[in-house]
Amino acid sequence: MCGKELIGKIRALILVGGYGTRLRPLTLSRPKPLVEFANKPMLIHQIEALVEVGVTEVVLAVSYRAQEMENDLSEEAKKLGVNLIFSHETEPLGTAGPLALASKILSENDEPFFVLNSDIICDFPFKEMIIFHKNHGREGTICVTRVEEPSKYGVVLYDDDGCIKDFIEKPQEFVSNKINAGMYIFNVSILKRIKLQPTSIEKEVFPDMAKERQLFALEFQGFWMDVGQPRDFLTGMCLYLSSLRQKKSEKLMDQDGVIGNVIIDPTARIGRDCKIGPNVIIGPNVIIEDGVCIRRSTILRESIIKSHSWLDSCIIGWRCVIGRWVRLENNTVLGEDVIVKDEIYINGGQVLPHKNIASSVPEPQIIM
Amino acid sequence: MLKAIILIGGPQKGTRFRPLSLDIPKPLFPVAGLPIIQHHIEACVRVPDLKEIILLGYYPSADLIKFVQEMIQEYKIAIRYLQEYTALGTAGGMYHFRDQIKSGNPVAFFVINGDVCGDLPLLEMCDFYGEKDALVVVVGTEAIRNQSVNYGCIVNDKNTGEILHYVEKPSTFVSTLVNCGVYLCSLDIFQILASLFKKKEEEYIYNDLCSSNNSSIMQLEQDVLRPLAGTGKAFVYQTNNWWSQLKSAGSAIYANRHCLQLYKKRHPEWLTNLGIQDLQVKQTPKIIGNVFIHPTAFIHHTAVLGPNVSIGSNVHIGPGVRIRESIILSGASISNHSVILYSVVGRNSKIGAWTRVEGTPCDPNPNKPFAKMDNLPLFNTNGKLNPSITILGCSVSVPSEVILLNLIVLPYKELSRSFKNEIIL
Repeated sequence: MCGKELIGKIRALILVGGYGTRLRPLTLSRPKPLVEFANKPMLIHQIEALVEVGVTEVVLAVSYRAQEMENDLSEEAKKLGVNLIFSHETEPLGTAGPLALASKILSENDEPFFVLNSDIICDFPFKEMIIFHKNHGREGTICVTRVEEPSKYGVVLYDDDGCIKDFIEKPQEFVSNKINAGMYIFNVSILKRIKLQPTSIEKEVFPDMAKERQLFALEFQGFWMDVGQPRDFLTGMCLYLSSLRQKKSEKLMDQDGVIGNVIIDPTARIGRDCKIGPNVIIGPNVIIEDGVCIRRSTILRESIIKSHSWLDSCIIGWRCVIGRWVRLENNTVLGEDVIVKDEIYINGGQVLPHKNIASSVPEPQIIM
Repeated sequence: MLKAIILIGGPQKGTRFRPLSLDIPKPLFPVAGLPIIQHHIEACVRVPDLKEIILLGYYPSADLIKFVQEMIQEYKIAIRYLQEYTALGTAGGMYHFRDQIKSGNPVAFFVINGDVCGDLPLLEMCDFYGEKDALVVVVGTEAIRNQSVNYGCIVNDKNTGEILHYVEKPSTFVSTLVNCGVYLCSLDIFQILASLFKKKEEEYIYNDLCSSNNSSIMQLEQDVLRPLAGTGKAFVYQTNNWWSQLKSAGSAIYANRHCLQLYKKRHPEWLTNLGIQDLQVKQTPKIIGNVFIHPTAFIHHTAVLGPNVSIGSNVHIGPGVRIRESIILSGASISNHSVILYSVVGRNSKIGAWTRVEGTPCDPNPNKPFAKMDNLPLFNTNGKLNPSITILGCSVSVPSEVILLNLIVLPYKELSRSFKNEIIL
């Protein structure tokens, strides 16, 4: 079944981009692609899926904290047998400019290449993309996905065979529920359209390609989520976990005190009389003391949740300490090394790194 | 011989204490494990010459009969409930039952408002009374200027303690010395009440009986203290002991804390000291600060209670429960890992696991000496509920894993989700 037979050496470019401000306070400590989603840096999810279809070279278009990413990712990349190339923007180049910057690498052979937004978590349909792209034979393929609320996204209009007619960015009235899923495959010839300057691929490149009937849409059916902000991060986590369930993944835990889809890193310790799940991800070396209840949350590595606490819809950053009888809920995000004292209540708090929380936060608030 | 009268009011009074007073007469609401007026009875029985305690009010006697019998058993002292046929005011009821009060010819009698609580200086009042030729001695305490106008304000002679001027809840500032609602009266006060009654009766007839004023209604404050001011017959005994009114339900937690603190002085054995009590039991719950636990209550050994917690009879506290600054009334049960902070949990209420019941303390400003509890109205000027302690009426059921914050829940409600800043009818 291997996609590797379909093509020769295939490349991908991932638009890593800037500061990841939407995922603060987590991204104050770590560049967004390195923030763990389901105990794995977000970028690794994409790279793994690319490797599976035979991609051997991944260009990371970065404008910020490249060195940190290189340190953290190169070992993982070696394990996966993929060559990581960091393409460093000295100024932000938008979503198209990075292609021009990396054009030399991308055009080393005539095979089409992938371009991905880095915030996407989904059942990556790379194999179908390759097949579909080769079948229609035109310059580009855009993956589209169906969403409930298209007004937040770029809507794609196309005819029955997939040929794209038009794009409508954040439509105020309903035109379609198919949106740009942020995953593309292009022929090398697209590079002729892009200059080395800040350019938006969605606004300045795609419309022309559509006019020339060079752009096709592939609708895929699996789950899809832009996990660039905390609320969506948690929704994406739930979707990801249920897709693991469907695949009967062995990563999901099945033990006493665990309810529904839950991933617990083998190095984490869970106390007695706990209720973990549904939809919980617990990172390496996390300690959950006795009598803790966690639902719909991600606990990042080395955090400690003390006895009797209750967490729902939270992201707990690295090395946090949550006291006893604490209640955290409503998309609360704790940055790295936050300490929450005993008996505190936080409702929708976004807490910056290294804070010590000694009084309750009853209404959603940013704690500087 | 001395007597004491505790004014307990009636069902139409004390509405601000709802919903705590919806299923139990307010005077019987337990603070620090004892009904409010039992604290007064405690203070009375410490006075050596005091031979009889009269509870005076207009609750149906059935509401009080059991309590009175228990008190007689416990304190071996004559205790009676005298029921007014209608609300007669603080002095009207006394006058109505004057023969009962006078019988046995006591030298003097205490009058104690049922809705105050504090470390009442009854013995000191007796000594003070002995030094004066007084019709009445009033306990006064210092208040802060802007709060004083919510009380009866007293101007006194700083040397003799004589009351020079008295005004009830003035609209402008008069004095920071306020009436604590605790009095020691001579039997001669009935002469004043008699002439006042006569005067009112004449007015009543003169007004051709069409006025709705009942001539029997008389107030100790306005009708007696005010005219006595400046006559050399009324004196104030000033105390710095802790004292507070118990008007709003919100004051229950504040009063609970201070009453527990008073136990430390008077009844340390009432406070839970598991180290001594349960030597034979290896594992005991952790107790922080002052905590009262009824002997029939079950507390799981992994629970942590205190400071300032009172647990009533037959309460069940599950594993890993945390309770602080709260009153748990009899028969309530709280399941695993739940947290109760600044709340009153009503009789027979049930709280699920991992639930958080939390109120907002409305204590007096600790940085202002003599500041009293502000009895805030339920709603502020913007029409929003003022954050207050959380109160669950009797037989309320709360599911697992929810939060109740600054909530007032009337009896017999079954909640199905989280609530904040609301009154649940």
